[in-house]
Amino acid sequence: MNAIAPPLINIKNIEKPYRQQALQDPDWVRWSLIAIAVGFIFLFICLPLGLVIFQAFSKGIAAYWSALSQPDTLSALKLTLLTALITVPLNTVFGVSAAWAITRFDFKGKSILTTLIDLPFSVSPVISGLIFVLLFGAQGWFGGLLLEHDIKVIFAVPGIILATLFVTFPFVARQLIPLMQEMGNQEEEAALSLGAGGWKTFWAVTLPNIKWALLYGVLLCNARAMGEFGAVSVVSGHIRGVTNTLPLHVEVSYNDYDIIGAFAGASILAALAIVTLILKTALEWKQANR
Amino acid sequence: MAQSSVMPGFRPTLGFAAIYLSLVVLIPLSTLVFESFKLSWDDYLHIITNRRVLSTFRVSFSTALAAASIASVFGCIVAWVLVRYSFAGKRVLHALIDLPFALPTAVAGIVLATIFQPSGFLGKLLIDTFNLQVAYKPLGIVMALIFISIPFVVRTVEPVLLEFEPAMEEAGASLGASRRQIFTKIIFPNILPALLTGFALAFARGVGEYGSVIFIAGNIPYVSEIVPLLIVTKLEQFDVEGATAIALTMLIISFVLLLLINLLQLWVRKRSGQL
Repeated sequence: MNAIAPPLINIKNIEKPYRQQALQDPDWVRWSLIAIAVGFIFLFICLPLGLVIFQAFSKGIAAYWSALSQPDTLSALKLTLLTALITVPLNTVFGVSAAWAITRFDFKGKSILTTLIDLPFSVSPVISGLIFVLLFGAQGWFGGLLLEHDIKVIFAVPGIILATLFVTFPFVARQLIPLMQEMGNQEEEAALSLGAGGWKTFWAVTLPNIKWALLYGVLLCNARAMGEFGAVSVVSGHIRGVTNTLPLHVEVSYNDYDIIGAFAGASILAALAIVTLILKTALEWKQANR
Repeated sequence: MAQSSVMPGFRPTLGFAAIYLSLVVLIPLSTLVFESFKLSWDDYLHIITNRRVLSTFRVSFSTALAAASIASVFGCIVAWVLVRYSFAGKRVLHALIDLPFALPTAVAGIVLATIFQPSGFLGKLLIDTFNLQVAYKPLGIVMALIFISIPFVVRTVEPVLLEFEPAMEEAGASLGASRRQIFTKIIFPNILPALLTGFALAFARGVGEYGSVIFIAGNIPYVSEIVPLLIVTKLEQFDVEGATAIALTMLIISFVLLLLINLLQLWVRKRSGQL
């Protein structure tokens, strides 16, 4: 009942709607943006993914199964697995040694080396195949020499492996370099000063620290190795049952109007992509919680 | 970082990395340069200025430009929605963004061709309602390249939005700016460099893209034929010189693009005071 008492104003009451107004969009903006984003991703990502499954099973499970169990499909799958089995470990070993050299030592040309590692990412897949044709093709630099010794590289498995090596080259290294740079080498120095050897230090100190990033790089490298199309297409020659990888088998079947065959092969590759995404999300989560 | 004398393994790791890099990347890539020395300047110009070759360059660059632009607009919205709002299914949406990185390009190619071909699910709808044919036209190439471009834009814009200080928006609001002004004067200028980087990455990738494009493009000379396909065609006709000349031109253009992207990132870091 005091006339001169100031009116009760809760500062929080003013601030709250004001803050909201500043930082939040009106509901209609929010929901329309969400609708646009979800619609866009649905159209360009979910729909294609769903259609692979739909087309593969459009003539029933029996037709799908018989398409998958054809010798050409199986040999394509085998070649894809073989390619990944050879290229991924090689590029992983490279990635680890390059990251070790670049992040643990100072030397001339370090930044050039780092830039050169990324080079294959900026080369069109078709050009990545072409360069191996120029080297090992019939009219290529080593073409004559290979012919003399009856070794086939182009239109054969070695060419496919070389092209895949080139295309997947940067994946592991570019995951490890920033991480190991950031980590510094105090922990390794501590281990070494306590008498651990170089290998022991790497296995017991470095590897546990970089394992998630390493797996992440290996995962992306593997996905690309199994899925590469353009580079492999140029060097493979598309010989059924011999030099067709799974992506090439998908192309050949599609061009022959063997829709079930094409999408059955595609469904395996799409499954691989989904597994890759799930593992990738899990690894990102692990890394964030490290 | 000073070189530490205690760290072991300098020679073997650097040695292996350098030899492996040379064998797998540098020597193969250098063949393109040496091979093109076999051509005289006149021969080179003759190959490159051929009408069909020029038209493939026009198709490749214009479709990549259009796709990267469209993906930039939508990618920006997707990144914004993912960072700022919460809604059901957000985590799934977040994981799906990278599908174009993980899905083999040939699979994307045949699926998009199936969707947009005149008898396809969306292709038929678009022809019936808007009389708009997508497949076997440059528009089809744009569709495939949008698919490829999405993660490049979203994944470069997203981290910038995540790190963006709400205090800046609050300061704007406290000075009386409307939400629209805050967006155009504060938020957008801050994400623009990242958006440009994402755009450039998507554009560079789109120009060289092959697998996802060739099925939907129909590959009609002078209409929907892209540069990578012409390289393959020349190679299949045993025209190695032609393929080399076109490939080298494209390689130089992508290196220039890469250089621009790096300069852009350098400029961004300088501007934001990280250097």
